[in-house]
Amino acid sequence: MKPTDIKNTQHFHKVVDCQYACPAHTPVPEYIRLIALERYTDAYMINWQSNVFPGILGRTCDRPCESACRRRRVEEEPVAICRLKRVAADKRDDIEHLLPPVPVSKNGKRVALIGAGPASLTVARDLAPLGYSIDIYDNQFAGGGMMRSQIPSFRLPEEVLDEEVNYIVERGVTTFFDTQIDSMKEILEKDYDAVFVGTGAPRGRGLDLPGLDEAGDKVHLGVDWLANVAFEHTHVIGKRVLVLGGGNTAMDCCRSARRMGGEDVRIVVRSPFGDMKASAWEKEDAIHEGIPIFDNHTPKEYVIEDGNLKGMLFEKVEAQYDANGKRSLIPTGEDWVFMEADEVLVAIGQDNAFPWIERDQDIEFGKWDMPVVDKVSFQSTNSKVFFGGDAAFGPDNIITAVAQGHEAATSIHLFCQGKSVSDRPAPFTNLLSQKMGVHEWIYDNAVKPDERYVVPMAPLEEVLADRKLEVELGFDSATGYNEAGRCLNCDVQTVFMEDRCIECDACMDVCPTDCISFVGNAEETELRSTLSAPAQNLAQDLYVSAALPTRRVMVKDENVCLHCGLCAERCPTTAWDMQKYIYNLSYAGQ
Amino acid sequence: MTYQVPKFRNPSLPRNALGYTKADYEGSISSLCAGCGHDSISACIIRACHELSIAPHKIAKLSGIGCSSKSPAYFLGKSHGFNSVHGRMPSVVTGAAMANRDLIYLGVSGDGDTASIGMGQFIHVIRRNLNMVYVVMNNGCYGLTKGQDSATADQGSASKKNDPNPFNGIDLPALALQSGATFVARSFSGDKEQLIPLIKAGMTHRGFALIDVVSPCVTFNNNETSTKNYDYVREHARAGGIVDFVPMRDEITTRYQPGSTYEVTLHDGSVVHLHKVAESLDPFDRMSAMAALDEHRRNEEILTGLIYMDMDSTELHEVLGTSQRPLNQLSAADLCPGDKVLHNINASLR
Ligand SMILES: Cc1cc2nc3c(=O)[nH]c(=O)nc-3n(C[C@H](O)[C@H](O)[C@H](O)COP(=O)(O)OP(=O)(O)OC[C@H]3O[C@@H](n4cnc5c(N)ncnc54)[C@H](O)[C@@H]3O)c2cc1C
Ligand SMILES: Cc1ncc(C[n+]2csc(CCOP(=O)(O)OP(=O)(O)O)c2C)c(N)n1
Ligand code: SF4
Ligand code: SF4
Ligand code: SF4
Ligand SMILES: [Mg+2]
Repeated sequence: MKPTDIKNTQHFHKVVDCQYACPAHTPVPEYIRLIALERYTDAYMINWQSNVFPGILGRTCDRPCESACRRRRVEEEPVAICRLKRVAADKRDDIEHLLPPVPVSKNGKRVALIGAGPASLTVARDLAPLGYSIDIYDNQFAGGGMMRSQIPSFRLPEEVLDEEVNYIVERGVTTFFDTQIDSMKEILEKDYDAVFVGTGAPRGRGLDLPGLDEAGDKVHLGVDWLANVAFEHTHVIGKRVLVLGGGNTAMDCCRSARRMGGEDVRIVVRSPFGDMKASAWEKEDAIHEGIPIFDNHTPKEYVIEDGNLKGMLFEKVEAQYDANGKRSLIPTGEDWVFMEADEVLVAIGQDNAFPWIERDQDIEFGKWDMPVVDKVSFQSTNSKVFFGGDAAFGPDNIITAVAQGHEAATSIHLFCQGKSVSDRPAPFTNLLSQKMGVHEWIYDNAVKPDERYVVPMAPLEEVLADRKLEVELGFDSATGYNEAGRCLNCDVQTVFMEDRCIECDACMDVCPTDCISFVGNAEETELRSTLSAPAQNLAQDLYVSAALPTRRVMVKDENVCLHCGLCAERCPTTAWDMQKYIYNLSYAGQ
Repeated sequence: MTYQVPKFRNPSLPRNALGYTKADYEGSISSLCAGCGHDSISACIIRACHELSIAPHKIAKLSGIGCSSKSPAYFLGKSHGFNSVHGRMPSVVTGAAMANRDLIYLGVSGDGDTASIGMGQFIHVIRRNLNMVYVVMNNGCYGLTKGQDSATADQGSASKKNDPNPFNGIDLPALALQSGATFVARSFSGDKEQLIPLIKAGMTHRGFALIDVVSPCVTFNNNETSTKNYDYVREHARAGGIVDFVPMRDEITTRYQPGSTYEVTLHDGSVVHLHKVAESLDPFDRMSAMAALDEHRRNEEILTGLIYMDMDSTELHEVLGTSQRPLNQLSAADLCPGDKVLHNINASLR
């Protein structure tokens, strides 16, 4: 293999698994160390810079970082990255004075943002300090989008949402709430320099089965019902509730139903339990609240008696997978199962809908009637119009909406300056030695064996009695400190300087996880099999040095490096050094 | 600050026939100087024992005094161990081995521990062909006492703080051959590929196996004027015979060119493939081995690899006809067989 070019920003970026997996590339280990130091405000601000909604995301994020966390490759559970973010948000001081100033005199450019969900709010956050005049339009009474209308208060208290939304909407942007936009043409006629569409994927998918018409208002679309609960149009639900679907919306529906009067609330889903789309922890939370999950049940019919909904019929199925892993659900041939129900919540998916965008505005629509949007710049075929969040590529999650909002803001800024949107600013990177003495490092390099700490919860009876009472209590400072200690500091890189190496093998011998080998060079596949421990995780790169005097090369499998620094401590010539890798995205104007 | 090894290990570490990974053969974290050759030898011992699938409790590691003799603390943490007196490891091993022949005896010593204070013991243990592996971590100096020249330092070699050594250096393999050793090898701490199979072969050999391992002392004797620094050893080492060790339970797959390769079957059925590199060396002929050592030494080369092996070695237990069972397994009835037996013995002497 060729020597690894560590000047290429991607090699070490990939080693910081959590940061790499985070769509917004939040510098996770950096803020976790600050939490251990009880520097909560600083930890918060690092998050705020990257992901805009630390308090919200510290409760609701889909946590792609945790599935990527290195800790999972050496033990069971990842670092509780998400809940540590919440610790920073819960324990910080007031931060308003730390927010970037928004100039009073504007730069002369006007931008319209349609929808006030996380994607639009991120665009506003990035552009307002640069002097843009920003108009936000949303059909809800306040900003937040689905974070307000969909995510229940027992997972995300309103105060937390309001505070972080207000850091944006109350600082130099013009909001038009309770304003439905019905025509893109009209918006474009207002001569904005750029328009951002962040309207989400607002339409719930229905389930048209025999009996639907007669069932009438006893069958609800999950997303609409959740919005009605959030906006206090709906106050009760029947005692027996069937929730159809296996995603996170279904989990929020059933848990909300338990709080709105539902006693026998069930989730019924076609797929096997393990294939359900909902995150593992959301399923656990639902089960914990006494909600059984009936998997492998395909809904067949709304059962009506005397003109009223009585329940539903389901066919039992079995999942079979072909050689390519493609699944088909095969009926088992058993009798259909009847389940009683007073009301049914259908949570089987969402669709995008753009009835308000006229098709003659140079905005091309493609497959599934979705706008054609560039994956990097988020520009549509009308160069003035940008899309982001669920509106761009279909329903996803908050952190993706934020990440796309940052990119769209960068594009809008380039576009408004007459520059090419493909001429994007490079990330800021740096390597900083952590050495303080022979066995001393700026970071705490000892690897803690602690298992993941459990987040304490409010008593079940209390949370079921009050739909607004937050279920999770968050870590206290001491637990936050302990959990922070589990982080392996993956941003502190092992940097190898081959010109200093005397090939004494000390690093290779001391490495607890056998990451380092000195071997004859070969092609990657062969090299991976000749190392001290076979490098089987192909998603993780090898770090290969130039040829050493014995013509061997140093090969480090980045896969399970603990960043313990023992290699650098053992090296007699400091050919290894532990260096903190800073990788910060560049935002609009940087 | 780290003075402890993290508990996590690489999940893809291979398991041996006993289900153990290499980690099960590790010891505590080394306190030797960073870069000391001794640590590399420890790593080779760990790998050799793991790959041989020896149960850790079936090994006894014994040593004298010195940085080298400290190193058994850093490997085989679950094996028996005895850190004895300076130069006296051989007599302690002799006692232990005589009492219990079921263990594998691994002696670890330094050039000071062996060639100075322990010289007498060293020669006698060889001469008796005690069934053990004797590893000398040879750095040409007394590392632990701050780098004084040892008896194996080459003439003219100068360590970091000393004048060139005026005396002739002792060549331990040559001395061992002279004293009747039945397995003699030399290696270099920086050459794991060579050293690991040698350790395995030595552990399987029946009788005394000397492995003299040149092991640079980074702190006191890794300077340019020393003949035991990393670069010098790398440049001057010449492999005489390359060993490929195939344990009894594995199928022999490697095939070497005939003529230059010997296939030696050890007493337990394991096979040592010896691939000859040096023209002049016949590793089954003591005189040839001695001559090859001498020739390389005159050429300022360090002959490494398997230098000599006696396939018909008779170890001390066989010579003395000792008990097949370890002494701690003998009952009172075995040790004191009673009147009748005594009577018979007496009668046989009449
Ligand atoms: C029940 C449920 C639970 C969820 N839970 C989570 C979670 O825990 N974690 C997570 O990360 N994600 C979650 N999501 C997904 C997440 O809410 C969305 O991915 C995210 O909010 C998308 O952000 P956005 O900015 O693209 O659009 P949205 O948040 O959808 O905001 C769009 C806004 O535009 C408004 N709008 C739409 N059309 C118009 C129009 N024509 N005129 C004016 N205004 C308009 C909408 O009313 C809305 O306010 C959940 C989704 C649902 C349905
Ligand atoms: C009886 C006795 N004499 C002298 C010493 C001092 N001493 C300790 S270690 C050592 C030399 C060790 O040299 P070596 O065996 O080569 O080990 P190294 O440290 O080089 O690995 C000496 C002379 C001692 N500990 N005991
Ligand atoms: S151990 Fe820490 S730095 Fe490494 S991936 Fe997990 S959270 Fe990120
Ligand atoms: S920091 Fe060095 S010694 Fe520690 S696990 Fe990583 S490569 Fe191994
Ligand atoms: S003094 Fe020399 S022999 Fe002793 S530990 Fe240090 S480097 Fe090794
Ligand atoms: Mg010595």
